[in-house]
Amino acid sequence: MAQLTISDVTLSFGGLKALSEVNMTIEPGLITSIIGPNGAGKTSMLNCISGFYHPTRGNIFYKDKKLTHASPHEVSNMGIARAFQNLELFSGLTVLDNLLLARHQNLKYSFLQAVVFYGKASRIEAENRAYVEDIIDFMELEPYRKSLVGNLSYGVQKKVEVARALTLAPDILLLDEPMAGMNQEEKEDIVRFVMDIQKEREITVVLVEHDLGVVMDISDRIYVLDFGEVIGSGTPEEVAQNPKVIEAYIGEG
Amino acid sequence: MTDNKHLLEYSIPQLLRWRVKTSPNRPALREKDFGIWNTYTWQDYYDHVRKTALGLRAIGLGKGSTLALISDNIPEILFVAIGAHSVGAVSAGIYQTSMPHEIAQILQSLKVTAVFCDNQEQVDKVLEVRDQIPNVQRVIFEDPRGMRGYRSDDWFIDIRELYRLGDLEHAKNPALFESLVDQGKPDDVCHLCLTSGTTGLPKGTMLTHKNYINMGIQLTEVDPLEPTDEYVSFLPFAWIGEQMNSFGVAMAAGITLNFPESVETAMSDLKEIGPHFMFGAPRIYETIRSQIWLKIDQSYWLNKLLYNYFIKIGIKAAQYRMHGKSMPLALKITSWLGKQFIFRPLVNQIGFLRLRRAYTGGAALGPELFTFYQAIGVNLKQIYGQTEIVGIAYMHRDGDIRPETVGKPLPGTQCKISEIGEILSQSDSVTPGYFELPEKSAELLEGGWLHSGDAGFIDEHGHLVVIDRISDVMHNKKGDMFSPMFLENALKFSPYIKEAVIYGNKEDFVACLINVDPIVVGKWAEDRGISFTTYMDLSGKPEVAELIMEQVIDVNSRAEKEHFKIKRFALLYKLLDVDDGELTKTGKIRRKYVQERYQNLYEALYDETVDKKDVEASFQYQDGQSTTVKTTIAFYTVKGV
Repeated sequence: MAQLTISDVTLSFGGLKALSEVNMTIEPGLITSIIGPNGAGKTSMLNCISGFYHPTRGNIFYKDKKLTHASPHEVSNMGIARAFQNLELFSGLTVLDNLLLARHQNLKYSFLQAVVFYGKASRIEAENRAYVEDIIDFMELEPYRKSLVGNLSYGVQKKVEVARALTLAPDILLLDEPMAGMNQEEKEDIVRFVMDIQKEREITVVLVEHDLGVVMDISDRIYVLDFGEVIGSGTPEEVAQNPKVIEAYIGEG
Repeated sequence: MTDNKHLLEYSIPQLLRWRVKTSPNRPALREKDFGIWNTYTWQDYYDHVRKTALGLRAIGLGKGSTLALISDNIPEILFVAIGAHSVGAVSAGIYQTSMPHEIAQILQSLKVTAVFCDNQEQVDKVLEVRDQIPNVQRVIFEDPRGMRGYRSDDWFIDIRELYRLGDLEHAKNPALFESLVDQGKPDDVCHLCLTSGTTGLPKGTMLTHKNYINMGIQLTEVDPLEPTDEYVSFLPFAWIGEQMNSFGVAMAAGITLNFPESVETAMSDLKEIGPHFMFGAPRIYETIRSQIWLKIDQSYWLNKLLYNYFIKIGIKAAQYRMHGKSMPLALKITSWLGKQFIFRPLVNQIGFLRLRRAYTGGAALGPELFTFYQAIGVNLKQIYGQTEIVGIAYMHRDGDIRPETVGKPLPGTQCKISEIGEILSQSDSVTPGYFELPEKSAELLEGGWLHSGDAGFIDEHGHLVVIDRISDVMHNKKGDMFSPMFLENALKFSPYIKEAVIYGNKEDFVACLINVDPIVVGKWAEDRGISFTTYMDLSGKPEVAELIMEQVIDVNSRAEKEHFKIKRFALLYKLLDVDDGELTKTGKIRRKYVQERYQNLYEALYDETVDKKDVEASFQYQDGQSTTVKTTIAFYTVKGV
């Protein structure tokens, strides 16, 4: 069964159709990429899935649950996490605090327990720290654990952003242009992490990315959007040969 | 301190067993993982070695096998190495930065039968050259991350699987491991240490259990260590500098080895541990000093004021301390105040507060760096040795620190200077030879002495002074030996001198060409209102020549031998440069080329009647254009040489 089903989703802002009748199925355990020229509606699609926008028409299903009108925190509680294109981190906090903060939804103890900090509260905090440390190890962020995010390089901040999404222990990870603004070496680094996220942690990855080379290399399935419509889909080979896709990218030949 | 000479009768696994008997529950190893320091006691250490040893035996390792280690420093590297020693196999370290073809060459020449890698990065390198290394039967890996695709290939084995095999063997035959350990003899070769091959393939230096343990005992006899002392393991394991600590010192003294979380976090992990001794190349100490200077510079005014006042006192006190003299009372009090007010907190910031001794070795370290560290209360000492004698054989003693020497031999080490001036040593730590290179081994150990290949002499205080590689030294007309590099370094320790080229091979005296430091000398000239335009102009100023003359006289005044004194010099009109082929990529002088290029200057240096010469200088600018400039160069004779 598809993990995420997008069925006939249309998103309009007044007269402007950002997405029109988009259908996608995201299969579990795969890397599915959404590509397309600027303004094609890629980020809008992610916004619909993660609950920042609600589709004007159509529905989105996570397994058999409908999340068409779910709010962002409900979506994230269901197990869909998102790493943002423009970093959404607290630059005045350390890497560790940023990641611990992302686990606030797991902090289920009372005010009194927090004051005493004994039993449940300390146990939960220790569990959270252990989980966050596992992510720090996975994303190789050990040297930056106690550094303020604002003082780190852009490439490292991107890694922290992905780590923040991972600390939510998601089933599906939405990555919005994780490689934008990076040099070749940093890109290769992130590609390795994306593949490890899929293979080692068995998380379904939905990737929005501009770098076609990367997308063709690592995707299992690709959807191509242009002016809010799906103009092609399939394996990287199929998409590369699709005349509509070639036209959208290279122009009319 | 108790007599620990009996430790020499053990092999490394037997010594480990002895440690378990005497202190099973003391921490032996500590590793930072997931942000927490995890401890292995001596008992845990031994248990892991047992599992690995029996596991290695199960996959076919035994006497005659060699196991290569390509890994960052983690406890498992010791489990695997000592596990191999326990079953009579030999370990060999390979640098993690080696390229696949280098790894293939080393694995072939050392006849390696199994490889231990810490992660996929190293595994992939070995995999790339798989067809060239038919002898390698198994590749053991520690971190399973990214190894999913290799599961079906039984060339690879997870270390956890190795442990499981070992546990199975142990359950079947509980006495097996002990009997294997009993079979080890102190004189068995246990490790092949690669020597840095400046020419051709690196050689595998065979080292025995006794070589390592003896080195540990010798070192701790001079600088005692307590079993509660800490050491941070951050040098590459393939280098003798790390093995001598983990196999030798740690086993002989029972200290705790701490493994950083990753290579990048080593310095901050060091802060958390606060080691009692450390060892490093000069560069580490130079970097730390720069960091201290930077931090002081960024600090607020009171800190700066205190620092600048007390560092002067600290340096004065250091001079007394380094030579073991007692200080005047006033200095004692002020230097104590400085230590309490500024230097203790400062040193604590870099994690050196508990450090009793810091050792530097491998290259020359400027004397002012020794004084600096001694002034802030870090006991920095020079060591000298080589792979073939397990790293350290000569060392400064506390209270007898002379930056220009490498100290005295460790107890049990004999030192001799051969007729050609080569440093020869003898001790229980000297290697039995190179792996399968009998000719090279015979050369190395000719006459029962270890031939270092370094030239040196023993000064009036009984300290060994290392001059240079024998192949680089020069002889004057009378046949007296001197080292150009040694004199060049002595000159370069002056902040005003950037580069120096020493001449004098088969000549009557030593002469040199000097490059002044454009920034320091430029600032010096500015402060004195001496105006200049280009580097050539600056170098030609008579005031600058006077300044350099003072430096040369200073170097001459410290010369150990009369014929080391520099008689004539000239200031070169351009900086020696890599792009002009005058320096190698690593910044060493290409003597032959420099001599050819400046032949006219060389001739004038040795013609004492010449004090000025017109030269045509050709330049190549960074954009590739070249031009020729006429200039006059002056030659200076130092009086009284």
